[in-house]
Amino acid sequence: MPDIVIALLAAVIVVAGIGLLCGILLSVSSKFMAVKKDERIEKIRNCLPGANCGACGFAGCDGYAEALIEVEGTKTNLCIPGADPVSQKISDVLGVEFEDVVEMVAFVQCNGNCAATSKKTDYQGIKTCAAASLFYGGDGKCTYGCMGYGDCASICPTNSICIENGISHVDPRTCIGCGLCVSRCPKGIIALKPTVKSVYVACSNKDKGAVARKKCKNACIGCKKCEMTCPTDAIKVENNLSRIDYSKCVSCGKCADVCPTGCIAICK
Amino acid sequence: MEYFKSLVVILMTSVLVNNYVLNKFLGICPFLGVSKKLNQATGMGIAVIFVMLVATAVTWPIQIFVLNRFGLEYMQTIVFILVIAALVQFVEIVLKKYIPGLHKSLGVYLPLITTNCAVLGVTINNINDGYDFTQSMVSSLGCGLGFLLAMVLFSGVRTRLESENIPKAFQGLPITLLAASIVSLAFFGFGGIVDNMFK
Repeated sequence: MPDIVIALLAAVIVVAGIGLLCGILLSVSSKFMAVKKDERIEKIRNCLPGANCGACGFAGCDGYAEALIEVEGTKTNLCIPGADPVSQKISDVLGVEFEDVVEMVAFVQCNGNCAATSKKTDYQGIKTCAAASLFYGGDGKCTYGCMGYGDCASICPTNSICIENGISHVDPRTCIGCGLCVSRCPKGIIALKPTVKSVYVACSNKDKGAVARKKCKNACIGCKKCEMTCPTDAIKVENNLSRIDYSKCVSCGKCADVCPTGCIAICK
Repeated sequence: MEYFKSLVVILMTSVLVNNYVLNKFLGICPFLGVSKKLNQATGMGIAVIFVMLVATAVTWPIQIFVLNRFGLEYMQTIVFILVIAALVQFVEIVLKKYIPGLHKSLGVYLPLITTNCAVLGVTINNINDGYDFTQSMVSSLGCGLGFLLAMVLFSGVRTRLESENIPKAFQGLPITLLAASIVSLAFFGFGGIVDNMFK
């Protein structure tokens, strides 16, 4: 045989041999060291909406599906965007009792629109709430309120938030209650409430009544009228600001009627 | 003693002077891709160290005992790619089964760097430089550490870039490449430092 053929054959045999060894090693090891993955994870994953919003408290839909199988006692009703149908499907897969999902909706605890309050500085920096709030607590007179640069609107996966009249508004019809805006807002003035409860306090100002009133016409002045009117003791004034306990609230709307500044609102 | 000194020189040289990312421009893809956040950059760096060490431990004997013996040095690149890719897959399977904690922390980075050019470059350079087995392992460790160092430093630079008001034309990749070149220039300052350290 000529030398070149031998050299070629040697190369082919050596490389093919190494390849074969690697192949056998991999296929054998994948057979013997396979990690059993629960097939229910895949099933549950298919039931979930796949928006990866993180409202359930896990890292995306995959994380929630894994936690449902692997972590004992994970609730089946944590997917807020998926609501009851998804919870029903998950309970079917797992064979546990169906749990009702409390649908949540985001709301802005501020009504300091252009008519009610004004700017204290002419802010020229980067137009985001995160940047503006670093600069003396924002450009608004009220340092607790919405600055209206729309960080929440930019992160909203369903485009349910818009900036109107200088402040953020959440559209409760399209909001899926994922809570991304809640963690995004540097002022922490967006919160989630159960969709069935309609009353909320549209103010976050913790200043004393007179000070708050000077900064914004729509501010809560902590007069406690709502607290006295509430038939179920659901509303309390703490730190000059009224707060609703949604486990007690019956959405009668009496507090909104008596509020002198109109900072308690009813969403339609 | 002389041998030990050579190991230290190899280690220091591969970390600082011949940094694979900033001086030899290998492994730029993960350097630009995964350096946005510090924890991701560290994860990637540690995975690279791990893979470099394992790859060298396997490719060095293959080169010496198989390729050199049969006169197949010219097949080096193909064989190394093949072996490293299979090896990383194998390591992943083993880790998943026996050390799930480590597997989870290395995460997606492990398969991502299967045939990363920095890994291939280290294994081939070890052979070309004529290192013995221990020297090769020390050199791989050094290159891995250098990669980790570059990743960590650059993630710091990128975090600062995020909050800057960058002109529109430079936003995104252009400013990142500019920053990378400046960091790379800074590393050229280490040239000659190791040689003089052991005079």
